[in-house]
Amino acid sequence: MDELTSVFIQEGREQLQAMESGLLELEQQPDNQDNINGIFRAAHTVKGASGVIECHFIEGFMHKVENVLDRLRNSDIQVSSDLTGLLLRCCDHLGRLMDVLESGAAEPEAEIKAAGDALLEELVAYTTPAAPVSGGSVVEAQADVEASGGGVVNTDSWHISVRFGPHMMRGGMDPLSFIRFLASLGEIIALETIPDAMPEAAEMDPESCYLGFEIRLQTRASKAEIEQVFDFCRDDCELRILPPNSKLSEYLKLIKELPEDDMRLGEMLLRCGALTQAELDEALSSQQRGRLPDPAGDSEAEALPIGEILVDQKVVQKEVVEAAVSKQTQVSEKKAVEARLIRVQADKLDQLIDLVGELVIAGASANLLAQRSGQSELVESTSILSRLVENIRDSALQLRMVQIGETFNRFNRVVRDASRELGKEIDLVITGAETELDKSVVEKIGDPLMHLVRNSMDHGIEKPDVREARGKSRHGRLELNAYHDSGSIVIEVVDDGGGLPREKILQKAIDKGLVQPTQQLSDQEIINLIWEPGFSTAEQVTNISGRGVGMDVVRRNIQSLRGSCEVSSTEGVGTTFTIRLPLTLAIIDGFLVGVGKSAYVIPLDMVIECIELTDMSADRDFLNLRGEVLPFVRLRDMFEIGGDRPARENIVVVQFAGQKAGIVVDQLMGEFQTVIKPLSTIFRHLRGIGGSTILGTGEVALILDVQALVQRNVRQEERDMNANNALPRSTAAN
Amino acid sequence: MGSNNRLVIVEDMTIYNALDQKNQLVAALDAADGLELDLSQVAEIDSAGLQLLILAKREAARLDKQMSIVAHSPVVRQTLDFCNLAAFFGDPVVITAHEQH
Repeated sequence: MDELTSVFIQEGREQLQAMESGLLELEQQPDNQDNINGIFRAAHTVKGASGVIECHFIEGFMHKVENVLDRLRNSDIQVSSDLTGLLLRCCDHLGRLMDVLESGAAEPEAEIKAAGDALLEELVAYTTPAAPVSGGSVVEAQADVEASGGGVVNTDSWHISVRFGPHMMRGGMDPLSFIRFLASLGEIIALETIPDAMPEAAEMDPESCYLGFEIRLQTRASKAEIEQVFDFCRDDCELRILPPNSKLSEYLKLIKELPEDDMRLGEMLLRCGALTQAELDEALSSQQRGRLPDPAGDSEAEALPIGEILVDQKVVQKEVVEAAVSKQTQVSEKKAVEARLIRVQADKLDQLIDLVGELVIAGASANLLAQRSGQSELVESTSILSRLVENIRDSALQLRMVQIGETFNRFNRVVRDASRELGKEIDLVITGAETELDKSVVEKIGDPLMHLVRNSMDHGIEKPDVREARGKSRHGRLELNAYHDSGSIVIEVVDDGGGLPREKILQKAIDKGLVQPTQQLSDQEIINLIWEPGFSTAEQVTNISGRGVGMDVVRRNIQSLRGSCEVSSTEGVGTTFTIRLPLTLAIIDGFLVGVGKSAYVIPLDMVIECIELTDMSADRDFLNLRGEVLPFVRLRDMFEIGGDRPARENIVVVQFAGQKAGIVVDQLMGEFQTVIKPLSTIFRHLRGIGGSTILGTGEVALILDVQALVQRNVRQEERDMNANNALPRSTAAN
Repeated sequence: MGSNNRLVIVEDMTIYNALDQKNQLVAALDAADGLELDLSQVAEIDSAGLQLLILAKREAARLDKQMSIVAHSPVVRQTLDFCNLAAFFGDPVVITAHEQH
């Protein structure tokens, strides 16, 4: 696939997304004209670009879609849910066509083609009968010109002279649509069509464009705005614009530059009221005597030098030159806007972050050496250096951060379609769309989220009648929330549906032999059974969900991102799925602690406070922290580190997912920038260790997996309680 | 020869049909002294269609034949008006009362 095509596919998909979100918005607000224009522009861009890369099956399809959108834009047809539904299906089809293009096939398969034809069939209903396009003023203006016969001159209008290139129409662009759009800027006082470039019938290629137009336009718009109309085809047309009140010589130059015969053109200008007969005669004869400098070329880029020459000769109004200059400024401004965003290969960023990681390690080492040397100047300079490294680290990581909103917005469509299919009324509420997280995480979270959302819609939210009977509003509510919480990002999928049926889950688990009938389970434990492989309580398998292959896969996907997921549910009220993910996968701020001779890193975001472990609590696994019970683990015991306990031990109080726990260590060594090095697969099953890092001294420190430690603590507690007390209790939620 | 040939175009006069329609027009013009075009059923016309009409008119003039458009669909009429070509074709145009406003 050539580069042009891949760029088209990439940008086409962006336009497609814009179109889709526009259409979804259109359903909510049918009167938003800006939105309709946006949708039209997106469709138009896809059509134009597909013509450029000569992908005719997309071009042909989008042309029809665009026709309907155009009528929508002109308010010839009204927005209806049928229409938006149809257009959304057209978007889907366009997506499929792009897949075809991406796969390198020359034509879509018969099946896809048939689907496309069926859509076009439906679209036809919106294109015929063709109602009149607004244009009353244009008709009037034309009558005026016919009557005037060249006598009336309107000098206060812009004169626009355009010759379209032969490939325009093959490129999917209709020259007339540009002229029509021009009319939206102001009033077209007069217009002459110039078909002179068209050869005789035998040589004429009906798919080439031979048209040119001379237009008098009365508008308050600037030259730049007029030029913008022709932005799409600037490379493929010759455009000349004369400001109002231009001098005769301007028109003369125009006449000379244009390919058509001078007299013929003069006549055209006469007819559209730019010049009078006397002026034209005088101009053409004066041209015979003293020639103006021959324009070096036709291109717009030449405008400025020519302008200067003409100003020197005092024949041009300053205005003309200003117009040219402003055009050039406009071009460079446009370039600046384009330069604001650049596409970078993701692996280049990864490489950068790897390098920054090495830089952090090397910086730590230099810092350590400087401190040992005791030279205060060296210490100072390395501390400045390490501050800069820290900034670089943050900016480098920021490069990879993207907002989660884009992922969330996809669900608008999913919820819309699914709620129709299921006959439910579901509102999607999105909060925290601007929350940022690592790009690689965003990419991988889409599938698990899709699963959870579908599950909630299918099994969670009840049918409108059932909801009403239960005293809820008919509209179900599905929330997608994202927010930052102690070094991780939390994504919630909340529904206000029926909740998870505990009895049913338990029964199913017993049937499947996952638990023994005699086993005592807490409520939370029962709910957690849904994560078991092959578990489904849905009575019927729909094509949206219910095959029971989902939840364990969801959990595994999330765990592979070093994240976790939990579910809480109240029967009759709703269910909440909570996904926690680490913010980044590469570098974190760590808190360095020591036990015996080893060093460990605790992610700093999770550390709440450090306290001294007093003797009196030495033999218990919990202590009283300002009236609260704080369970703790002793790293020395847990990792079976030899040696004696020091006289003073410290507790690092950490928090994860609302649960607090203490970690008992020998020494507190302070903050430390931690580059996470993954452990090799041999250590995959190691509990409590999340990775490793390299200290400034070159030694290796292990990164504690606080989540695993805290959960181990909680489980231990639960087991102890169950052993002591045979009654089922809910503890995990505390 | 002698009588006028009448051609009714029912498809859209767009680039998608331009190639066929050009052959159609040229053939129809060759076949008789004059050509009457009925465009009352043309639901859509773009620049390609417009070009074809201009081509036919010009070709007719070159061959010293008559070409006239005897019926316009609203879209065709508007496009010709917009491009200020009504005089070029010189055909009577029916504007219905409610369209005139």
